[in-house]
Amino acid sequence: MKVTGAEALIKALQDEGVDTVFGYPGGAVLPIYDALYDSGLNHILTRHEQGAAHAADGYARATGKPGVCIATSGPGATNLVTGIANAYMDSIPLVAFTGQVVTSLLGRDSFQEADITGITMPITKHNYLVEDPKDLTKVVREAFYVATTGRPGPVLVDIPKDISSGETEYHEPSPLCMPGYKPPTSGDIDLVNKAAAAIMASERPVIYAGGGVISAGAHRELKKLAELMVAPVTTTLMGLGAFPEDHPLSLGMLGMHGTRYANYAVCECDLLLAVGVRFDDRVTGKIESFASQAKIIHADIDPAEIGKNVPADISIVGDLKKVLQQLLERLEAKLPGAWLEKVKKWKKEYPLNFEPGQRIKPQQVIKEIYNVTKGEAIVTTEVGQHQMWAAQYYTYTKPRSFITSGGLGTMGYGFPAAIGAQVGCPDEVVFDIAGDGSIQMNIQELATAVNYELPVNVAILNNGYLGMVRQWQELFYNRRYSHSEMINPDFVKLAEAYGAEGYRVEKAADIKPVLEQAVKSSKPVMMDFVVEQEENVVPMVPPGEALNNMLG
Amino acid sequence: MRHTLAVLVENNPGVLARVAGLFSRRGFNIDSLAVGRTDDPAISRMTIVVEGDNRTLEQVTKQLHKLVDVIKITDVTEEPHVERELVMVKVLADRAARLEIMQIADVFRAKIVDFGPKTLTLEATGTEEKINALEEALRPYTIKELMRTGKIAMLRGAKYTTVK
Ligand SMILES: Cc1ncc(C[n+]2csc(CCOP(=O)(O)OP(=O)(O)O)c2C)c(N)n1
Ligand SMILES: [Mg+2]
Repeated sequence: MKVTGAEALIKALQDEGVDTVFGYPGGAVLPIYDALYDSGLNHILTRHEQGAAHAADGYARATGKPGVCIATSGPGATNLVTGIANAYMDSIPLVAFTGQVVTSLLGRDSFQEADITGITMPITKHNYLVEDPKDLTKVVREAFYVATTGRPGPVLVDIPKDISSGETEYHEPSPLCMPGYKPPTSGDIDLVNKAAAAIMASERPVIYAGGGVISAGAHRELKKLAELMVAPVTTTLMGLGAFPEDHPLSLGMLGMHGTRYANYAVCECDLLLAVGVRFDDRVTGKIESFASQAKIIHADIDPAEIGKNVPADISIVGDLKKVLQQLLERLEAKLPGAWLEKVKKWKKEYPLNFEPGQRIKPQQVIKEIYNVTKGEAIVTTEVGQHQMWAAQYYTYTKPRSFITSGGLGTMGYGFPAAIGAQVGCPDEVVFDIAGDGSIQMNIQELATAVNYELPVNVAILNNGYLGMVRQWQELFYNRRYSHSEMINPDFVKLAEAYGAEGYRVEKAADIKPVLEQAVKSSKPVMMDFVVEQEENVVPMVPPGEALNNMLG
Repeated sequence: MRHTLAVLVENNPGVLARVAGLFSRRGFNIDSLAVGRTDDPAISRMTIVVEGDNRTLEQVTKQLHKLVDVIKITDVTEEPHVERELVMVKVLADRAARLEIMQIADVFRAKIVDFGPKTLTLEATGTEEKINALEEALRPYTIKELMRTGKIAMLRGAKYTTVK
């Protein structure tokens, strides 16, 4: 059967089980958009390609399925770059398709030509420039395989216009042949045995769990393991939701803005079981003092993460779901002891807290969002103080319920990610917890939310500042607030202009009713919470300090 | 310490850029890199000489392995292996110097590949040490151009760096 490259592409996407794509058309992808027209694929037109990339990423994080986005050549492709880098840093399965100028014009600075495979080489797991229409099915198959297996990540496929419009014979893809790509499976038995013995011998164990647990779908195994080991569990920002935070063994988040008790526990443990984590500098603080009394067991799917930042005493490379199962088979139940008592005492002594004030406190809004949604919402965030409060003051109990830009720290991520999450999970309540600065970085996506009747809720914690910048200027630059204060638009009118609902909340008593109204509404809702302007995120480990050296 | 890595890669467009980009991005130092196809035209082989301690080398190897186009990496440094480098060098050679230079070429088993009116061009292959020594020997005669291919290396005996 003769088909065009674009038709082969659509067929290949359907073979991969793709039903939704996020994109933005242009000259070089006209053949692809023509094939999309009556393909039955659900296409969401965002209002900026960055929005499409983040929405596909949010869709992937919320559903566990790969996200797909499409952009035209040149500026369309470069607009995807931040979104691709964001997915790369957080290991999110994303497949990005870009149009490219026709092959005869490649390399000649042609109109809307950008070397997007060159540009994205350092921020993709792999990428392709398709040079023959007959390769399309094979490339698409490989792209999805690479994006979703092993340590997941973004893959980009660049398709010149003559390739998508050219004719090819359609044939079923042959079996994958990728001699250089072998994702790890189960862990080495000897190492698992060693780890099990070290765990049984430990007296003060702590589990440090990250986003890898969520992408491996290993949260059930993690819970069993923690209970068997009687080990308190702390998670990274990316790992929030991997372990139920209402569990007695939960320590919440560790690191720069982690809980005091999580950081103390890591400092004093004699065994640290690190699963699906990468010892990021925001987590470890001063690296020499990180878990310095502990034997470190590091389990991860990516061998390159082992020993990258912190040397491990025992390292296990493998699919975490399998590795944790292997460990479970080899462990016997331990009994609670003095260590757990000590940790419980820290939890009682040093809870997260904030003082009420004249104005609404941002932390209060997060707590109220938790109450109103009964902890069942999918929460996305932008980047800044509000992101840290969202991590601290909402209690996450399910994987994929907290969606945030961890590695890259991308302002403007949360809102399009919320749109993607809502598209993927139409029955869930979705909240973007936003800052007044960040929300303006992709606010145009209000049009997308209204267009597709997506009832996402945006809670802006409006402090009139680039708050996290202001906090650092206050603490480390002698309160010289250089260019961190903003005069903001009227967010209520803005929401209304786009056809969404808008509310301004200035009194604590109004927080709950407005949130309830938002959850009930079938429209996108933007809430402008006017909050205390100079509130700081605490506790805080100053950069480069040891974890037990916390301010606030 | 310097390590010599034999790296088999799929001969896909951009594979050299991927490998080179990885080194520069992660701050690894390449001493030399030589690349060409193998007996299988779909597969190329790179010999990369990299400077670094064991931890750096471990990261280099692991990060290289993550490239989808990289099939196999062998660190031949500690194994018995043959290594060769090719050099071409053009030296100023007036009448008086010619004979001496030809004698040096003889000692190093270098070939004279071009006889110019004012210059001689020598070609030599050998280990890095030999090439270094040749360069030193020629230095007093005003080297006008010199280029080295970078090292290529192969394990000795019935040990293979192949796909299977
Ligand atoms: C795209 C981008 N630009 C700049 C930064 C640096 N940055 C980190 S937090 C922050 C302030 C964010 O302000 P806002 O969204 O109002 O959140 P707040 O901290 O006030 O809660 C800035 C500018 C960033 N993370 N991302
Ligand atoms: Mg702000």
